[in-house]
Amino acid sequence: MGSMKSNLSRFRGYFEQTAKLMVGVPDYDTYIEHMQGRHPDQPVMTYREFLDNRLEARYGAGKAGCC
Amino acid sequence: MSRIVNHAPWLAIAVLGAFSLGTVALARGETINALWLVVAAVCTYLVSYRYYSLFIAKRVMRLDPARATPAVRHNDGLDYVPTNQYVLFGHHFAAIAGAGPLVGPVLAAQMGYLPGMLWILAGVVVAGAVQDFMILFISMRRDGRSLGELIKSELGDIPGVIALFGTFMIMVIILAVLALVVVKALTNSPWGFFTVAATVPIALFMGVYMRFIRPGRIGEISVIGFFLLMASILLGGQVAQSETLAPIFTLTGIQITWILIGYGFVASVLPVWLLLAPRDYLSTFLKVGTIVVLALCILLVAPPMKMPSMTRFIDGTGPVWSGSLFPFLFITIACGAVSGFHALIASGTTPKMVENEVQARFIGYGGMLTESFVAIMALVAASCIEPGIYFAMNSPPAVLGTTAEAASQVINNWGFVITPEMITQTAKDVGEVSILSRAGGAPTLAVGMAQIFSDLFGGKGMMAFWYHFAILFEALFILTAVDAGTRAGRFMLQDLLGVFFKPLQQTASWAGNLIATGLCVAAWGYILYQGVIDPLGGINTFWPLFGISNQMLAGIALILATVVLFKMKRERYAWVTMVPAAWLLICTLTAGVQKVFHSNPAIGFLAHADRFRTAADEGRLLAPATSMEQMRQVIFNDYLDAALASLFVLVVLAVLGFAIKTCLQALRSDRPTTREIPASGVTAGAGD
Repeated sequence: MGSMKSNLSRFRGYFEQTAKLMVGVPDYDTYIEHMQGRHPDQPVMTYREFLDNRLEARYGAGKAGCC
Repeated sequence: MSRIVNHAPWLAIAVLGAFSLGTVALARGETINALWLVVAAVCTYLVSYRYYSLFIAKRVMRLDPARATPAVRHNDGLDYVPTNQYVLFGHHFAAIAGAGPLVGPVLAAQMGYLPGMLWILAGVVVAGAVQDFMILFISMRRDGRSLGELIKSELGDIPGVIALFGTFMIMVIILAVLALVVVKALTNSPWGFFTVAATVPIALFMGVYMRFIRPGRIGEISVIGFFLLMASILLGGQVAQSETLAPIFTLTGIQITWILIGYGFVASVLPVWLLLAPRDYLSTFLKVGTIVVLALCILLVAPPMKMPSMTRFIDGTGPVWSGSLFPFLFITIACGAVSGFHALIASGTTPKMVENEVQARFIGYGGMLTESFVAIMALVAASCIEPGIYFAMNSPPAVLGTTAEAASQVINNWGFVITPEMITQTAKDVGEVSILSRAGGAPTLAVGMAQIFSDLFGGKGMMAFWYHFAILFEALFILTAVDAGTRAGRFMLQDLLGVFFKPLQQTASWAGNLIATGLCVAAWGYILYQGVIDPLGGINTFWPLFGISNQMLAGIALILATVVLFKMKRERYAWVTMVPAAWLLICTLTAGVQKVFHSNPAIGFLAHADRFRTAADEGRLLAPATSMEQMRQVIFNDYLDAALASLFVLVVLAVLGFAIKTCLQALRSDRPTTREIPASGVTAGAGD
């Protein structure tokens, strides 16, 4: 049962990641992991700052629309 | 022996696909079930993915699972993130799927479903999916650079600027045509207009909620937004019934045009978190969700195809759009078969997130196959309604007249049986006053979807709800595209104009922003306005122009891919991109030249201008003009459209010229001259 439950939560995790990336927001935990692993000396953005940063990247200068 | 065993299931799929395709193609007179189309399409996709995309990956590109992708080399947790291939597939698909694959096939159905279906399938396997896959590959090997930058670095500065300028023009036309689709759907429709207008306050509420009340809760607010949307559809039904409110929301096409122009201007200067981002959430999730549900419904309902497999209009006399099967069918169905705009997406965020090179096959080729399936579903939805209703909805008022009686007479003369009562009953079923001349795909698709959905959920009583749901769903993501496109166009324009006047380039300056936004909105607004007052309905004139420009961009992308193959010294395999590029060039150049010079005023802009000029010289007025002033305006617009079409032709020819020169240079060189980032060997998640 345990493994089924963890499969389910992993699936939920992927579903959530996919939905968020569809609107241009990558995984925040991955970002935190990356900063802690590779740049422990640098400041880490809060979730709110992270969202603003991604918003600017998605709709800021030089982005094209869809078809 | 095991080789044969490995291929056996694929052979079975191929045989099943061929049998289904044969059933669809050879049906004469008798009605066939939509499932035959679905099975034929899915088998085609599976076999082409298994064999052709593998061939491209292994032989043509030689994808290397040990070679580090930009996501690995530049990993920053933000733009460059190694991402699970299924997650990235979802992102890529949501980015490429738009109004294109839904509208084009609906318009193409005037020739019957067979020509459209064959082009969608052949086009995606040989051209569309190859383009998306190749551009993703090329960009991925160059740090995820954009199409413009790729053309610049592989072909040279001048073709780079030419292509950038072409892209801007294409964007303006796309925005105008998409906005036109919305105007056609909402004209004199209080229910539709109210529901779509309600998305603005809903999005504003979501924006404020996300910013101040529960920051960052994307999932939560999207669910709340979804329920508010459904409530607005129900409320819209009440509004349409109300004697006091209905007239307020009953607007003419010209009024809606001005509202859209004003909206486009305001929306694209507001902060993104307030309006654009929340509406983007709604439209993205609604789009993907509806596509999935529509697929399931088609499988469950298995509707019969009522449209003939081929109609008499393959001769080019069709009322929905003018021009013969070649080249105009291949222009009308753009996205779904092959779409140049995907080249911009495949060189956008996706290449920066691919975890391992070999996954580009699934994301690039596979993503486009999925998009093509959306086009097949749109074709099914448009072909399972009564053909008479289809033509009533999609023919312009200049052909049909404005009453159900006149329309049914015209359509009966074409050989499609329809009574005035059927037309008015359909309008009543979907909760509208009239369904005549609502060209542009969205309403037809909405009737088709309403029919399919209501077969499963709620029966006839729910048909009006589902119709307005479908209208809302399409209008929502078109408006998001208008908003995001105006913003992107503004930045492009600021870049281009900044060359002449420096201060304009500062994207943070208010004056620069307002001027560039104003110019951008004026550009698409002008074309939109011309489309709305056109007695042929606008779509008739502008959809081909959109198709030409979009397919030309695809041609340019495939030319770039060919050049890269030559520079990699893989010219042996260059036919993979040369064949589709050549076909697209033949179609678009023929169509472009015909749009300018064809002697039929319904097709050629110059012939149309001549007709008006002759009439003006004799002092006569021709519809839609009601004064000499307007006659001159029509003539001016014809010349403007002719100039645009010619410009596109010149852009493509120029890029082709530079490409041939570069290929010849590459042939003379004895080693690869391509500008790839050299291979380095750190990878993540190899081939899982």
